[in-house]
Amino acid sequence: MSIRGKAFIAGAFEHPLREIPDASLAQIHADVALGALADAGLSLDDVDGYFCAADAPGFGGISMAEYMGMRPRYVDTTESGGSSYVAHVGHAAAAIAVGKCRVALVTLAGKPRTGGSPPGGSMGDPQAPETSFEVAYGPTTPSLYALAAKRHMHEFGTTSAQLAEIKVTASRHAKHNPNALLQKEVTVEEVLESPMVSDPLHRLDCCVVTDGGGAVVVVAPEIAQALERDCIKILGHGESPKHTDNGRVDLTYTGAVWSGPLAFEEAGTTPKDIDYASIYDSFTITVLETIEDLGFCEKGAGGPYVESGALRAPDGELPLNTDGGGLCNNHPSNRGGMTKIIEAVRQLRDEANPAVQVGDCQLALAHGTGGSLGTRMGSATLILGREDA
Amino acid sequence: MTGELPRPEPVVSPEARRFWEATGEQRLRLQRCSECAAVVWYPRGICPDCSSSNLDWFEASGRGLVYSFTINHRGTGPYEGIGPYILAYVELEEGPRMLTNIVDCDSEKLRIGQLVEVRFADTGTGTALVRFTPVETVADG
Repeated sequence: MSIRGKAFIAGAFEHPLREIPDASLAQIHADVALGALADAGLSLDDVDGYFCAADAPGFGGISMAEYMGMRPRYVDTTESGGSSYVAHVGHAAAAIAVGKCRVALVTLAGKPRTGGSPPGGSMGDPQAPETSFEVAYGPTTPSLYALAAKRHMHEFGTTSAQLAEIKVTASRHAKHNPNALLQKEVTVEEVLESPMVSDPLHRLDCCVVTDGGGAVVVVAPEIAQALERDCIKILGHGESPKHTDNGRVDLTYTGAVWSGPLAFEEAGTTPKDIDYASIYDSFTITVLETIEDLGFCEKGAGGPYVESGALRAPDGELPLNTDGGGLCNNHPSNRGGMTKIIEAVRQLRDEANPAVQVGDCQLALAHGTGGSLGTRMGSATLILGREDA
Repeated sequence: MTGELPRPEPVVSPEARRFWEATGEQRLRLQRCSECAAVVWYPRGICPDCSSSNLDWFEASGRGLVYSFTINHRGTGPYEGIGPYILAYVELEEGPRMLTNIVDCDSEKLRIGQLVEVRFADTGTGTALVRFTPVETVADG
């Protein structure tokens, strides 16, 4: 059984602010929920499935259901870091396909910029079995990705300038997004001259830290048909953990090598069919390895591929992260998966910022990464299409 | 490059107790699966290769090669404000790649593939952190 065509994204909403000091975490979840439901033409009373991850405060989805006054008959609080929300859409589609719910709400919210909430996740959890073999040595999130970048450079000759091109592309897209935190177009030189955070990653190789959030509403086909809104068809989903593999950790690839093929197979599509891609961009190296692993170019060829301008919208070979992505637009709660889905939905609805809207965008991919490229990570991939796809 | 690195006390799980006791004695002990012979890293109570719970301990050589490294400029927690330090994956002679620090080292000369050997950083609680130093540095030393 497949989820292909069994569920549709009917509503999507991205919080417009990047600093939200005066609202609680729970309230931001509620605000984005109402935004996505309004976008769909639905209300909280219609919701019978609820999905959230560790960024939600309290006791999983139960606390948020109480806060918003929902009584869902299906709740999933799968936690896989920033990839959670991409996975949630796949889970929601599966739940809808078997009749467990008909209107599923997925929310993300966070306040890391104004200090109201720590990011979720387990690095440093003393009960995690790996903690004492990692945390004592001082790993930080950028440093773990830097280890991957260094090894990728060693094996494939990837350069810092090639990584910088990913940031340059994000900034070219972000300048058209009035809500983006960073709206100034940068050059390769500016990336390379920005302070070194963890060699070889510079400050501009890193994503932004923002408050904010987002939500999507996933509905059954008969509800999608009844709504006046353009709905986006869910065609395929895949997810996979990647870990240190009993000491055989390989830093040159991501979990997308498994989640991608699962999603493409379910959707009945190939990388060549994709018109637009939202790829998780916590760091420039995250994008480079992921586009290789999803099959958009050969393994190790990501450097020359991005250098060719392939990622630039609207006319590149693989227009990518047209909202400016995590590198320039936002990274609410230090978790970018939700905004990846939202921009893919915008592209398929012809609602992206006009300068970066891909012409005749029929098929889009959204990919989320959670945890760290350097140790263990979650990966989730979605293939989405227009209503008649 | 910073001199002395922090020595935070590790959380010692029951399954890894013998590993940490050994480090306190300046010895690097690893687990090997009695069923499938896999070297198991990190220490635990089940072989992740074959699911056996029949694991033995053996003494490792303490030598390895740098698999990847980074000079981290912005530490957090106990590493905050100490200056740049090297985080690395070292591939042990016995196979596993472990996260660690490279110490007593000219970072400008450090390369992937560099031969390194173990250094134990006593935490003062009967355990030691497992760090590595380039072998050439020792020879020059």
